[in-house]
Amino acid sequence: MVEVKLENVSKSFGKVKAVNKVNMLVKHGEFLVLLGPSGCGKTTTLRCIAGLEQVDEGRIFIGDEDVTNLPPAKRGVSMVFQSYAVFPHMTVFDNIAFGLKLRKVPADHIKKKVKEAAELLRIGDLLDRYPHQLSGGQRQRVAVARAITVEPKVLLMDEPLSNVDALLRLQMRAELKLLQRKLGATTIYVTHDQVEAMSIGDRIAVMKDGKIIQCDKPMEIYENPADVFVGGFIGTPPMNFIDAVVCKANGKIGVKIDEFFLEAPQFFAKELEKREGKEILVGIRPENVEVENKPVKNALEAKNLIAEMLGSNKIITVQIGEKIAKFVVPPDFEIEPDEKVWLKIEKEKVRFMDKSTGKAILPAG
Amino acid sequence: MILISVWTLLPIIFIALGTFTPRLELYQWPKPIIPSHFTLESFINFAQAYGVMDALKNSILAAITTVVLSISIGAPAGYALARFKFKGKDTFRIGVLVTRMFPIAVLSIPLASLYLYIGLYDTVLGVAFIHTVFAYPFSILISMSIFASIPKDFEEAAMVLGCNRLQAFWYVVLPLAAPGLAATAIFSFVISWNEVFAASILTLYNRTLPAFIVSRLEAPTLDFLLASGFFMILPAIIFIYIVRKQLLRMWGIAVK
Repeated sequence: MVEVKLENVSKSFGKVKAVNKVNMLVKHGEFLVLLGPSGCGKTTTLRCIAGLEQVDEGRIFIGDEDVTNLPPAKRGVSMVFQSYAVFPHMTVFDNIAFGLKLRKVPADHIKKKVKEAAELLRIGDLLDRYPHQLSGGQRQRVAVARAITVEPKVLLMDEPLSNVDALLRLQMRAELKLLQRKLGATTIYVTHDQVEAMSIGDRIAVMKDGKIIQCDKPMEIYENPADVFVGGFIGTPPMNFIDAVVCKANGKIGVKIDEFFLEAPQFFAKELEKREGKEILVGIRPENVEVENKPVKNALEAKNLIAEMLGSNKIITVQIGEKIAKFVVPPDFEIEPDEKVWLKIEKEKVRFMDKSTGKAILPAG
Repeated sequence: MILISVWTLLPIIFIALGTFTPRLELYQWPKPIIPSHFTLESFINFAQAYGVMDALKNSILAAITTVVLSISIGAPAGYALARFKFKGKDTFRIGVLVTRMFPIAVLSIPLASLYLYIGLYDTVLGVAFIHTVFAYPFSILISMSIFASIPKDFEEAAMVLGCNRLQAFWYVVLPLAAPGLAATAIFSFVISWNEVFAASILTLYNRTLPAFIVSRLEAPTLDFLLASGFFMILPAIIFIYIVRKQLLRMWGIAVK
């Protein structure tokens, strides 16, 4: 069983707290994604686990072993770097064999293992080449092959796909996921691309300012973001947040957006009642709204600003009161700038955030 | 490009031609540019002149010692400057340059007396030491920029794959730095090979070649001049030629 456990891990660079008391548990065989904007401390966290950075505080466990003070070589981890870091003075074969040679594995065994890894990543015919003769995508594969031949307990990946072009990234994403399934290695993967995180991770840990804000299954993070930041970071386009006031109408609790009353789902009723009369943020996912271009009942009125055609759907940017929001509509939805639209909001999917803290209001029970 | 080539090559060609011209022809007027026949006369004369071979041996020894010392002191210092942050880093970098501020003429007398006192005077090792002092600021600064140009990721990748720091340096950084370090070595070699003043002051009998030649310039003959000039240029050219192949081969692979 290889679990990775971080306990109160902190790391500062000068006055900047890159990682601030992070607690995290990565389960055996799990694919965990560290997601966050640049400078949020995700890469530093990964480097702490790899042993490339010494933590200031806290402990790191891999399996049952406390590895906090062990050098990278003794941790049983391997890492794929953002820059690939494929050694330019060695052939592809020597690159992949590097870790095994250091472990004094017999030559014929090395040959076999390198071949296996190369086949797995479909670079079997490139073994005699030098890295400068390879494309970026191929180098990427060499880096991954090199990392898996040493059979690490934990595989660490630092934005491995950020340097390959968009099309290849899409392909590699699925391949990496498949590879990880095949190997069953506990994997920690750093990315700033939320689509990548959603698609590849068993769980996602969203980081901001050196802290993990939410760590959960992708769908859970998508549907129930822990705060305004997570909601606004994940999703294309991300969640809309609209100002509203909690109030009652016809004996039912809900929120008022301008003059429009939106009834709250039953499971939020108790929490919202405590905040009657207070200002609140309503979180609505762009696809959880039915947009009509003629007046309908129980719909929020808004003004269309611009529509963007994306092929499979259309994104419209609308103005609700002072706020700007984006919604997804079918591609054949006809709309001109400055026309009015009516939004029928799927009330079960609506989320509520505290306006002052930005934290999600959790349903009671 | 052509102009620069002509500028640097022409004197070398004239010296080379002169060296292989028969002695009598040298003093003819007008002097033929291409010698009537090729001869090693001047060359052999020079080589057989008293003390030349000893001076040559001294020069080579001093140059090699300088290369070894300046690389073995300069490269680790350059590596430290490139990789680590430490207190006084900038001061150290400037300090390295400060050592070059004092003209050797000023230092020569106290240095000579110091050398006499500790018994280094008139030894090849003593000359190599002072040449190392000349060469190592360059070797530090050049190797620093070489190491700084090698991404840290390479080392870290090696460390994650099972290397300790030393192994990561040995297997990954050093091979990548080798072409640059070779260039530094050439540089140190040439500095030592060409240095006249300190070598003249700090030796009496065990002179290096340039110092020896300078001491003989009081009454030179033209053929001696040309031959010695050619002799001085030759090793530097050969050395650079040999390492140059190595440089190109390795850089072709190593750079980016």
